[in-house]
Amino acid sequence: MPSRAQVLARMRLADKAFQYLTHATAVGVLGLLGCIIIALFVGALPALRAFGFDFLLTQKWNPVTEQFGALAPIYGTIVTSLIAMAIAVPIGLLVAMFLTELCPLWLRRPIAIAVELLAGIPSIIYGIWGLFVFAPFLQVYVQPMLIEVFGEVPILSALFAGPPYGIGTLTAGLILAIMVLPFITSISRDVFETVPAVLKESAYGLGCTTWEVFRNVVLPYTRVGVIGGVMLGLGRALGETMAVTFVIGNAHKVATSILAPGTTISATIANEFTEAVGDLYTSSLIALGLILFAITLVVLALARYMLLRVERRLGA
Amino acid sequence: MRASLYARRRRRNAVAMSLSLLATMIGLGWLVLILGALLWQGLSGVSFKVFAEMTPPPGSDGGLLNPIVGSLIMTGLAVLIGTPVGILAGTYMAEYGRYARTTSIVRFINDILLSAPSIIVGLFIYEVVVAPMGHFSALAGALALAVIVVPVVIRTTEDMLLLVPNALREAAAALGIPRAYIIRHVAYRAAKAGIVTGVLLAIARISGETAPLLFTALNNQFWSTNLNAPMASLPAVIFQFALSPYADWQKLAWTGALIITLAVLTLSIVARVLTGSRRQS
Repeated sequence: MPSRAQVLARMRLADKAFQYLTHATAVGVLGLLGCIIIALFVGALPALRAFGFDFLLTQKWNPVTEQFGALAPIYGTIVTSLIAMAIAVPIGLLVAMFLTELCPLWLRRPIAIAVELLAGIPSIIYGIWGLFVFAPFLQVYVQPMLIEVFGEVPILSALFAGPPYGIGTLTAGLILAIMVLPFITSISRDVFETVPAVLKESAYGLGCTTWEVFRNVVLPYTRVGVIGGVMLGLGRALGETMAVTFVIGNAHKVATSILAPGTTISATIANEFTEAVGDLYTSSLIALGLILFAITLVVLALARYMLLRVERRLGA
Repeated sequence: MRASLYARRRRRNAVAMSLSLLATMIGLGWLVLILGALLWQGLSGVSFKVFAEMTPPPGSDGGLLNPIVGSLIMTGLAVLIGTPVGILAGTYMAEYGRYARTTSIVRFINDILLSAPSIIVGLFIYEVVVAPMGHFSALAGALALAVIVVPVVIRTTEDMLLLVPNALREAAAALGIPRAYIIRHVAYRAAKAGIVTGVLLAIARISGETAPLLFTALNNQFWSTNLNAPMASLPAVIFQFALSPYADWQKLAWTGALIITLAVLTLSIVARVLTGSRRQS
């Protein structure tokens, strides 16, 4: 029979071992991010060496002559995300306002759950729906109208020029808007709920309308958190792959018209990676991935930093 | 004068409120539209065959058995790999290192990984697993999915362990129980429902992931359970079939999409019920 001291020693050993194990795994998560960056960088090196800084600025994407430039995918990524944010931010904030200010209590939970279910639907579902249902609808009803209405307006006519393909930059942006809407809504709702009831009640007490309370009390109080939530949504939109790949049309050119087919970084990688022949082609695609990762890292880090500030204020 | 100002404010308020109601209806409308289209297009294709036969060549009959099994295998493997890592890291953050500087850094990085583009994970696994091995494999696919599982599980494990009242830990410590035993037998037990929820959410998240599988597990038209060879998965097959010009392939893609959506929705509702009942008790 082991002595008391032996049992205690064994327990202490097991305790230490468990502590080190958990500590090592936690630090391993940091290592994971480092590994991802290093792996992408190493993979992208041949392309970065071959094209240098011009990689970011040229539009040419020719697998036959092995000329690659990232301008078209970068442009497409930014434009689709901007369209998505322009639509999803106002709608998302309005829905969050409805949920926190207007909605009867019994209806709050069901609607909040429905919004979160929308966030849980895999992106490929949005893709297949966008391709077979949404794009044809846009092609037949919405895009001809846009072309007709804006056809005579200077500047805008260039944005809405060309035949209605159905698929294209605008469609991708709209699908992205639907996809990021739930994220923006649920985060804004969470930060709206952090507003102290006393603040809102005193504004109501002065005779403010619901809209005035929202506009002048809730929004200013939660500004940082809302911006954080919006940037989190932007991070999603920038990196979203499958939904965009289905509906953007995959054309490697920078078109002024948002009705024209385009491409994004993630759509290019998804479409071409398995078919890429030659090291330089593969490497160029990985370089695209590196650029995307760099952009989203910055956006997401800023978003988290802002949301963290909200949490700190709550804790203080 | 005052009456008109008052009327204007009331009017503006009414407009804003109607807009917010409208926005909510639009937001929920999409859910209805998407689910409606899925049910409409997918239900007509659901039959026993879907679950019993392999993916067909274009123009002939078939089912989705090999991608369904492939998805189950890779998802299961990813959860087996990712969950222990996530729980251990989450344990450090909530227990041993609750006030450590490492924890806040790890939390920050983890939150970024949580929303990082999944296609990047695919590229990463391609670089470190597929390229050195020289061929695509189900194992690589499972690893890519595991990388996505880890941050989800870390996040929920940490959150749930932080909810466990300290009095429980102190009571156990007062009995002279070592820290590791307290964590495993008291804290884990108290946070069980929450941790299980995290795993369910992670499964829901990866069962629809396509991008990380495209160039890790690739796809496979035939029955295969070989972890060292390309393997079919539902999302990859949906991607391939939906973009094909063949009507019967497109129909199967819709059916597959319906299956995935129902699975994901069921998982997230179960997860919600688990945490919901916990919060009330």
